[in-house]
Amino acid sequence: MKVLVAVKRVIDYNVKVRVKPDNTGVDLANVKMAMNPFCEIAVEEAVRLKEKGVATEIVVVSIGPKAAQEQIRTALALGADRGIHIETDEEVQSLQAAKLLKAVVDKEEPKLVILGKQSIDTDNNQTGQMLAALAGMPQGTFASEVVVDGDKVNVTREVDGGLVTVQLNLPAVVTTDLRLNEPRYASLPNIMKAKKKPLDTQSPADLGVDLTPRLTTLKVEAPQTRKAGIKVGSVEELVDKLKNEAKVI
Amino acid sequence: MSNTEYFSETHNQAREMARRFVARHILPHIDDWEEQGEFPRELYHQAGEAGLLGIGYPEKFGGSGEGDLFLKIAVSEELLRSTSGGLVAGLGSLDIALPPIVQWARPEVRDRVVPDVLAGRKIAALAVTEPDGGSDVARLKTRAVRDGDHYRVSGSKTFITSGIRADYYTVAVRTGDEGHGGISLLLIEKGTPGFSVGRKLNKMGWWASDTAELFFDDCRVPAENLIGQENAGFIAIMANFLRERLMLSVMAYMTAELALEASLEYTRSRKAFGRTVAGFQVTRHKLVDMATDVDLAREYTYRCAALMQARKNPIRQVAMAKNFATEACERVTREAVQLHGGMGYMRESVVERLYRDARILAIGGGTTEIMKELIAKQMGL
Repeated sequence: MKVLVAVKRVIDYNVKVRVKPDNTGVDLANVKMAMNPFCEIAVEEAVRLKEKGVATEIVVVSIGPKAAQEQIRTALALGADRGIHIETDEEVQSLQAAKLLKAVVDKEEPKLVILGKQSIDTDNNQTGQMLAALAGMPQGTFASEVVVDGDKVNVTREVDGGLVTVQLNLPAVVTTDLRLNEPRYASLPNIMKAKKKPLDTQSPADLGVDLTPRLTTLKVEAPQTRKAGIKVGSVEELVDKLKNEAKVI
Repeated sequence: MSNTEYFSETHNQAREMARRFVARHILPHIDDWEEQGEFPRELYHQAGEAGLLGIGYPEKFGGSGEGDLFLKIAVSEELLRSTSGGLVAGLGSLDIALPPIVQWARPEVRDRVVPDVLAGRKIAALAVTEPDGGSDVARLKTRAVRDGDHYRVSGSKTFITSGIRADYYTVAVRTGDEGHGGISLLLIEKGTPGFSVGRKLNKMGWWASDTAELFFDDCRVPAENLIGQENAGFIAIMANFLRERLMLSVMAYMTAELALEASLEYTRSRKAFGRTVAGFQVTRHKLVDMATDVDLAREYTYRCAALMQARKNPIRQVAMAKNFATEACERVTREAVQLHGGMGYMRESVVERLYRDARILAIGGGTTEIMKELIAKQMGL
């Protein structure tokens, strides 16, 4: 079974992001970049499926600038077999990403596509769902457990108030939640071997996808700094403030 | 050439991986291990599995990145982020013990020893220093006398990193006449009759590493354990020192770097006289001096590594790097404790450990004074 995993290059989760002075976006100059943590979980799940003998080939795809090849190499070091880089310096919105991935799915015909449920840069939580819709595949989002059973996959999903398990016919799209697994780190010999694994570069035009944004960003602003709290002297005062100042009760 | 970067994408990946290793396996426990004076033997295994021990060694022994010094530096920098020089020295004792074995030991000895050490199944240590002398290698006294197909070894060694737990010891012995022309290297294994390990030595810093005295009392070592030619050990020891000194420079600027980072964080949040400590000019200038020390030490060490990578033999430069970096490290860690005030004197603050760990770096691998003599000689003085 072939598994396709999509990974995205984003700002490292440890970095405190700053908004550009002209409010057009987040400042990316000299900022450490890394693989989106949810995508790491997706790669790990695919590698585990391969270790179990369920998956036979793992193809990893990333959309982005040339430097996104670093994230593909990381995935290859973790156990993916080959990479596809769709190179573009343009802004890629969820729908365009989904269209590009759809084109890759058409070509590669994977049985399972695993993506992170969202990327930590814009937190849209859209691409997996859009891809499933465009490709006419069933989707299991926010997976905390993935069990392939013949030509079906059982996906346990984390939802408000508990867990839901859905059964999907393969081929299917799965998006990962945090508790699906704990990603490994690559061993050094595997990092070296990953350099020799095939990595194919394509352009959005090769795949016939128009990247023109459908959404326009008007302004990006830093969140308001949190104001200091206060101490109340009594329960009565607390209730009074909740009722009359905060107006929550 | 417009390339000013020493590190490649592969190096950065290795760095990232080492960072995760440290975050997952070391940082949660390091304070306990420092207090206990030891880290679990299991960590050698985990590091071996991750490929961290095999950097720079041939693939046929389970290594990777042979001849890639900056890979070693990238990973070492990350391991030092464990905040424990002792752990890094203990985990890394193979790097001073193994190179002579890889290069000069008999193939059957080498093939038996090296893969197990790189996989973390066995521990290797280097034993040169003796109770009567350290820096003066040419005058070492531990004697090995050939007796049929064995050597009979008598003498003692001290301050041996990983000395308590090691399985293999690369030991400098006297097989010939006085002076540097009578020294050989012998591989001596734990359990050899006549070989015993003394008590664990208590140290000022490097608490997480086990340091020991070794005693050889008519210890019978198979002659095949001779590393290289008889009486040709001095050159092997000296060649080994170059790398050790470079790595000590890396330890020095990283120890300083960690102290600087901790100081930046502390002085930005700590308030005194109505403002942050970093808000005072005297503090800012101190932090700038510290940052300058760290940067210069780091960049010069990189330069030395680049020379070594290009197969030069920069004895003078590496000695200078070691002296500058270790002294910079002492200055920076001292100021870091000072900036932390009373908190800097508490074991719960990382700068307290860094300050103690700094001191050994100007002693081990050749003292500052020995480095200066070496440099003077290279300058033709």
